[in-house]
Amino acid sequence: MLTLCILAAMLAILPLVYIFFYTTIQGASSLNLAFFTELPKPVGETGGGMANAIVGTLILVGLGSVFGVPVGILAGIYVTEYSKSFFANVVKFVTDVLSGIPSIIIGIFAYGLIVIPMQRFSAYAGGFALGLLMIPTVTRITEEMLKLVPHTIREAALALGIPRWKTTLRIVLRTASGGIVTGILLAVARAAGETAPLLFTSFGNSFWSSTLDSPMASIPVQIFNYAISPYDEWHGKAWAGAFVLISLVFIVSLLVRLATRNKYSQN
Amino acid sequence: MIRFYNFLIQIIFHIPYFCFINIETEIENNKKIIKSSRKISDILFENITLIFALVIIASVLLIFYEMFKDSAVSREKFGFGFITSMKWDSVREEYGALTFIYGTVVSSLLALIIALPVSIGVAVFLTEIANSFLKTTVSFLIEILAAIPSIIYGFWGIFVLAPFMRSTVQPALQESLGFLPIFGGTAAGFGLLTAGIILAIMITPIITAITRDVLKAIPVSQREAAYALGSTKWEAIKMALLNAKSGILGATVLGLGRAVGETMAVTMVIGNKAQIKESFFEPAYSMASVIANEFAEASGSLHISALIEVGLILFGVTFIINSMARLLIYSFTRKTQAR
Repeated sequence: MLTLCILAAMLAILPLVYIFFYTTIQGASSLNLAFFTELPKPVGETGGGMANAIVGTLILVGLGSVFGVPVGILAGIYVTEYSKSFFANVVKFVTDVLSGIPSIIIGIFAYGLIVIPMQRFSAYAGGFALGLLMIPTVTRITEEMLKLVPHTIREAALALGIPRWKTTLRIVLRTASGGIVTGILLAVARAAGETAPLLFTSFGNSFWSSTLDSPMASIPVQIFNYAISPYDEWHGKAWAGAFVLISLVFIVSLLVRLATRNKYSQN
Repeated sequence: MIRFYNFLIQIIFHIPYFCFINIETEIENNKKIIKSSRKISDILFENITLIFALVIIASVLLIFYEMFKDSAVSREKFGFGFITSMKWDSVREEYGALTFIYGTVVSSLLALIIALPVSIGVAVFLTEIANSFLKTTVSFLIEILAAIPSIIYGFWGIFVLAPFMRSTVQPALQESLGFLPIFGGTAAGFGLLTAGIILAIMITPIITAITRDVLKAIPVSQREAAYALGSTKWEAIKMALLNAKSGILGATVLGLGRAVGETMAVTMVIGNKAQIKESFFEPAYSMASVIANEFAEASGSLHISALIEVGLILFGVTFIINSMARLLIYSFTRKTQAR
């Protein structure tokens, strides 16, 4: 039976290794400078890149962070620092439920809330959807990192006569900031790979988007459009995009791991 | 000696002071000072964080309200028949969600059947067998598996998994188990089984992570007791698994919730054909996929409304599944902590 467990572990990791190397091989061969600097070209023309999608993803994720990160951190503070209240448990529960709501539903929500009143697909709607998706991750990581801060530090600060809010903001939060920042990076990396909520919020664009209230291209949506197309040229571009995304996830995960390793081993 | 006298004199001089001061009002005053300083800043801070916490609750409620409101046209027109009808015709404007519900349910259950044994195996490997190096490496790899965007799983599914299923797995299954109707039909590559496998890969990390935490929460004393009674390592693990069964159930249900809501990867490999066939090799369609494919190009308000109603069903189902899973996991951890 124990051998079976080892086999299971190998079986679980096999797809990761396969996907990782396959994407790297396919993606690296189509990756070049033009990919980062040029606009997509129509079918038949060689060359071109995803510059607008890369910038688009950065803008969308930035918009999402502006909304998602403060909400996530402050809610996380509420849940940990005032954890005795009944309401904190409700918030914790609802956050967990929110993290399980399919991203496509978030997309419909952003569509109903922003796209319909504005009468057009827009970067705002996409950013809002991504922000909403980031909230549970940020809340969760804030909560876990704040819990790692020893109680003695809080007590020491309070004993020095520092008010509670200042203790939380200036001492507890600062002690945990390393972990929280890497956690936010993780949330950002995940949001950067989300496709479903962007399909009908920021939609997509083959050109540069000049304003935030117009449709905007993003890497995942571009990959999706290229992947389901019948053209080999476009598939190559999509693999390059996939490679960029997977590297982002890999690097950020590694950073998170390194940043949180010491703290966990202490416990 | 002089010091001692000084001390005595000081005490004597202070006696009137001790007599006239009212300790209780002093304490009250101090409490007031503490309270008033709390009132100014701390209560403000607590309420600001509370407001942001409320944003989360409000969003979940608002999601429900928004979708309920926007699906009104479709709900009024089709009523309960929406769930039992198999028609999905945007030309005749007749919509029913049964085929999508079928696709979602079958692909998710297939995913669970594949992922559950593997995940439990990995969790046991991580808690009981692996040394600390393997433990960190394998959990790191599994974490990355959870973080890979679903679009990449789908893309990989189109170009690697589906052709592999068509050329190798499906013919093999047909040869050995082809007498079963679920393995009949043509081996097309894209279909329910392929979607199930992709989903299984995607939900393995979450089931593994929670099962591992649940197993960790089982007190060491129980395992020691099992060893003391002469059980083998496997018997001790089996006992831990039995004790952890409600937590593992919670992990499983959570994995099911993920599978039900997964959109992009499924859309890319399930075949996107609204039909119910007995074979798992046949293409199908899932709730999330139909929304992803048709929403942006929906042909009219009824079409959009029907799609939002599909979304509402999906929301309701995932909401219930996730609540159940979380409650199971919470109650398990509370129980083990109490012991």
